Amino acid sequence: MSKILSMRNFRTSTLGAALLLVTAYASPSFAAGEAVEIPRQEWTFSGMTGYFDKAQLRRGYQVYQNVCAVCHGMRQLYYRNLSEPGGPEFSDARVKDIASQAQVTDGPDDNGEMFTRSGTPADKFVLPYPNEKAAAAAMGGAVPPDLSLMAKARAPAHAHAWYTEPYFWMVDIVTGYQEGGADYLYALLTGYADEPPAGIDVLPGLYYNEAFPGHQIAMPSPLADGFITYEDGTEETVANYSKDVTAFMMWAAEPKLEERKKMGLTVMIYLGIFAILMYLSKRALWRKVPH
Amino acid sequence: MAHQSTYEPKTAFTRWMDSRLPVIRMAYDNLLDFPTPRNLNYMWTFGGILAFCLFVQIVTGIVLAMHYAADTSVAFDSIEHLMRNVNYGWLIRYTHAVGASMFFFAVYLHIFRGLYYGSYKPPREILWILGVLIFLAMMATAFMGYSLVWGQMSFWAVTVITNLFSSLDSVVSGLGTGIVQWIWGGFAVNDATLNRLFSLHYLLPFVIAGLVGLHIWALHVTGNNNPTGVPLRDPKTEALPFHPYFTAKDGFAIAVFGLIFAYFVFYMPNYLGHADNYVEANPLQTPPHIVPEWYFLPFYAILRAIPSKLGGVIAMFGAIVVLFFIPWLDTARERSTRYRPIYKYFFWLLVVTCLALGYLGAKPPEGGYLVAGRIFTAYYFIHFLIVMPVIGIIETPKSRPQSIADSILGGGNSSQPAVAAAEKR
Repeated sequence: MSKILSMRNFRTSTLGAALLLVTAYASPSFAAGEAVEIPRQEWTFSGMTGYFDKAQLRRGYQVYQNVCAVCHGMRQLYYRNLSEPGGPEFSDARVKDIASQAQVTDGPDDNGEMFTRSGTPADKFVLPYPNEKAAAAAMGGAVPPDLSLMAKARAPAHAHAWYTEPYFWMVDIVTGYQEGGADYLYALLTGYADEPPAGIDVLPGLYYNEAFPGHQIAMPSPLADGFITYEDGTEETVANYSKDVTAFMMWAAEPKLEERKKMGLTVMIYLGIFAILMYLSKRALWRKVPH
Repeated sequence: MAHQSTYEPKTAFTRWMDSRLPVIRMAYDNLLDFPTPRNLNYMWTFGGILAFCLFVQIVTGIVLAMHYAADTSVAFDSIEHLMRNVNYGWLIRYTHAVGASMFFFAVYLHIFRGLYYGSYKPPREILWILGVLIFLAMMATAFMGYSLVWGQMSFWAVTVITNLFSSLDSVVSGLGTGIVQWIWGGFAVNDATLNRLFSLHYLLPFVIAGLVGLHIWALHVTGNNNPTGVPLRDPKTEALPFHPYFTAKDGFAIAVFGLIFAYFVFYMPNYLGHADNYVEANPLQTPPHIVPEWYFLPFYAILRAIPSKLGGVIAMFGAIVVLFFIPWLDTARERSTRYRPIYKYFFWLLVVTCLALGYLGAKPPEGGYLVAGRIFTAYYFIHFLIVMPVIGIIETPKSRPQSIADSILGGGNSSQPAVAAAEKR
């Protein structure tokens, strides 16, 4: 008994110590000096008046649906979201059509059997794999992450010197920079090279990517020029595909962005007027008394 | 309460109430009539701002709890459901998340205000200690609330911080491990852990509210400190009733604070958080860089500055424990740093130290960052344990106004009330 207990103690305290070590001594895989500077892109959804370009979201959905969705799910989304305000705003008929092409597992029916039916707008996006194990088995161990929140789940590291870093934080706050995730995704999707730079050995099964931390990614380059046919005449390049699908992922992660930014302006104006009125009342009151 | 009640019930009902349960008298004396020094500056508005923050957190938190499911299999998705499918759910949730940061931003300014003007000195020791208890309860609440998101950073922060207790194993074998497993309700952070964190996260804000009540009670016994640190002598010339003078002033400050708050909620809701927390918790995958929320970074830097696990834990908790003793560590007779020619430099050095520790807490503890972390950690403790007692003894304070009235009417050191100057204002 005591042996078991001490074993357990040993294991837990080792775990604890290991965790603390990880915490205390792990540095990001790109430590200072190696950070890949992710260039900032122009996005319609940035800044205080940001909005989604509907046409871009529709093209982005097309890229997601035809390329990404083969391996990556978006489990937080419903088909109905595609017609809701502030998104791609497909027509209801179009969304019904999109949903009906998906096969949804439903049930159990009255006989206790699960069955498949075609999807409706009220269904969640059908996922490419039934579970993570199935995904891992199909993808050689690497599970393709869910993309619902991807645009908010990544933040590029910056290679600023330590003494300039607080300055850049302040600049980001004042300019309202929230697009780090989108910038990173765009850099990742456009960051593949046919040949890795000289001197870099890419492990088997991995691919060289300029933006990915450590530069070796399990996802092969998903896009190529002319891969998808755009209906609206937009040039069919990797850059455009990447930009459009990134915008779509941003909408998927933050579907209330337009509503939020619009309401924000109203709230800020209201509070601004309120602050001025409060200041004037304060001044009127205090003017009469020495202080 | 310390000041004489001037409340006179005017109607039959209020007279009836007053002789049974004088709540109207209490509200009148404390919220409307309370004599408050005229010379308070805007640093004194953070009390009102913090009350506002607590109110916002409790209201938004109660609504969030209506939609949250404290179950590891659905916790993360229940929040996303709220963000996407509940009317204005995103607004409630972002307000609560940004609100936590705003709460700490305000409380840090409030604490440094107290430190600068010597608000902890007699007779306000208990007022100060209650404040430190509130700060401690806030930290616990914020930590637990962050865990509920059940993202990667939530999960690993809980794992790392609860594991700190296992350092007690080096004192009594098995003690730390036992405590950690008791906290977890298992052998790892699990569903039982999440449920107790949720329960306590809902409980503690009401504990804070209770402590805030005591804090205000203690404040209203001793009365406000003020920028000169000179006690209030004549409420008629030196003070003003709380309402309307300070309700208007605090109201203005809250509106400006609200503008900053709203800017973050509507335009930068995720700036103060961590991207990794939009990835659902995965016990099998450690994030490359575990960092707490910004308001814990100074303490995190202290934890990592000490090259021993138990030592780091003791230093981190010590950094808060030392605050309780400040009323007795500061030997100066002068309250306000305004009239302390030597100490004022050390005060600003402490501010720089805390900012630097915050910066270093976000950096990997290696090379120059680690050396700097150790130097600033050392100064943090030297400040309270050596600088405060020693400077208080050796320093000769500058001359200060004899009374608040002097400072209002004459300014400077003159004891002659310069009425003309006051009228010009």
